[in-house]
Amino acid sequence: MKDKKERAAYKYKLSGNVQDSLTAIVLLIPALFTVLPIILLLTGSVMDQYELKGYLNSIFTDGLEFISWKLMPDYPTFENYGKLLFFSPQFFVLFWNSIKMVAWILAGQLLMGVPAAWAFAVYKVRGSRFLFAFYVVLMLLPFQVTMLSSYLVLDRLSLLNTQPAVILPAVFSTFPVFLCYGGFRSIPEQLYEAARIDGAGEGFIFLKIGLPLGKSGILSALVLGFLEYWNMVEQPMAFLEDKALWPLSLYLPEITWARAGYAFCASIITLIPAVFVFVMGQDYLEQGIIYSGLKE
Amino acid sequence: MVGDGMLFSKNKKRSRENRAFFLFLAPSFLGVLIFVVMPFLDVFKRSFTTAITGQFRGVENYKIIFTNQAFHLAVKNTLYFTAVCIPLLVVTGFLIALPLSRLKNAGTIKSFYLFPLAMPVATIVMVWKMLFYRQGFLNLALTSLGEWTGLWGEIHTDYLGTGAAFWVLVCSYVWKNTGYTVVLWLAGILGIPTEILDAAKVDGAGSFQRVWYVVLPNLKGSLYTIVILSFLNSFKIYREAYLVAGSYPHQSIYLLQHLFNNWFVNLEFDKMAAAAICTGGFLFVVIILLQKVWDKDEG
Repeated sequence: MKDKKERAAYKYKLSGNVQDSLTAIVLLIPALFTVLPIILLLTGSVMDQYELKGYLNSIFTDGLEFISWKLMPDYPTFENYGKLLFFSPQFFVLFWNSIKMVAWILAGQLLMGVPAAWAFAVYKVRGSRFLFAFYVVLMLLPFQVTMLSSYLVLDRLSLLNTQPAVILPAVFSTFPVFLCYGGFRSIPEQLYEAARIDGAGEGFIFLKIGLPLGKSGILSALVLGFLEYWNMVEQPMAFLEDKALWPLSLYLPEITWARAGYAFCASIITLIPAVFVFVMGQDYLEQGIIYSGLKE
Repeated sequence: MVGDGMLFSKNKKRSRENRAFFLFLAPSFLGVLIFVVMPFLDVFKRSFTTAITGQFRGVENYKIIFTNQAFHLAVKNTLYFTAVCIPLLVVTGFLIALPLSRLKNAGTIKSFYLFPLAMPVATIVMVWKMLFYRQGFLNLALTSLGEWTGLWGEIHTDYLGTGAAFWVLVCSYVWKNTGYTVVLWLAGILGIPTEILDAAKVDGAGSFQRVWYVVLPNLKGSLYTIVILSFLNSFKIYREAYLVAGSYPHQSIYLLQHLFNNWFVNLEFDKMAAAAICTGGFLFVVIILLQKVWDKDEG
């Protein structure tokens, strides 16, 4: 009797497992498509230039033969990486531009945005709800709507064609405020009420309770912010004329097909920091997405 | 006496809160005033003046943009793009999130879907070209399919230079944002109390009925957020469109963003100001309306 029951339970479990695996496989098929571009880039970056030219021939000759590819190159080589890393100082300048701008933007956002988020999350003073709604609307305005206004103010401050022209407006983006707000809201109110009764000052509460307990929101803002600004296109395009000031994200598409191997390598190297942040911060990325979806 | 004291301390607490709120918010708010609000007021003023001399000309700029063919085309394309993409993305995300929510180790699969978020547009421009140009992988695959089935011959459509470019953009938008949407849907689905679902099961509801009558009605809040955030992200498709096809792409993907950029390059600030006010105003109204609907639903 008992045996039969156990067997039935086992059978049920087994069928559940089979079903789970099937669902997983079906869900993985489209998911694989999402990483296909990476594989293409990776193989392209270790291909010998003559082999690459052969595969991409129709691009150069405008012929009718189709593009072809090999997932395992016939003559794998790191020649392209060598050229890029040791003989193209220009690439380093642009890479450094990207790093510098993203770092300044994120640092500025933390400095300005985190206290603002704390103000909105903790102090329910008159007008705070209205101001917060205002911040949300600003966060939802696309770049194109504020492009002219940013240009006007940058022009007046004579910052055009300097990197602060890209950094400063981004520092005052209200999106990180919203994400950090989500993190701070998850702190139980009694905690800082209790600290207040014990005589703690507001600054002390922010530093000792707010920052450590609300760090998930802050880290989410950093991860989402990094991915966003590493990928910046519109802002540098509008405000930076001098190509020596450009970030990588704007420069890459300028590489012509004639230097395809170089372009593949440059893409992979641009991708590395973003993938690193993605892998290290995936939990915060998801948390950030969830915070971005919170309605107050 | 006691009452007086309490009143006093309450006032004191309030003034202390006011001060703290002000101090914490001030740096950010000042920046927003200087970099966003004040210049936007300037833009508002400029929308009623000429571009170079700055003379007042009433609503002339607005009249110009509303009779401008490029503006018509751009507005039409942008609206059409949003109308196609958002429902598509919302449904795709849900169809993935629903089975995913039942899996125990959904983490890996979720990472795959989220991964495109980490790929800078610039790095995939080449891949897009290799896929979609005349002799690209897509045509290669379609041609071999045609050979295999014997139904059609070689295909040499240039997807980026024809009306198909619109659908290429739609695909890359969905490719990029599915992960984001899946995470939001998952958060919503996993937030539904299991008791409700179990109760429905006990009452004899099948799995489809449970989804239709229990899961979906509980996800209205998620739906609004997903729609708003997808809308916000839909403007960023300009990066792909611009990097793949330049400032003047095929007319099926000439978006508002292209138009703003081209006006900017040509220093046509009068039109730009009027269009910024219109677009901003339109978005503002849409956001407020969505929020109203949302509040009503929850209240």
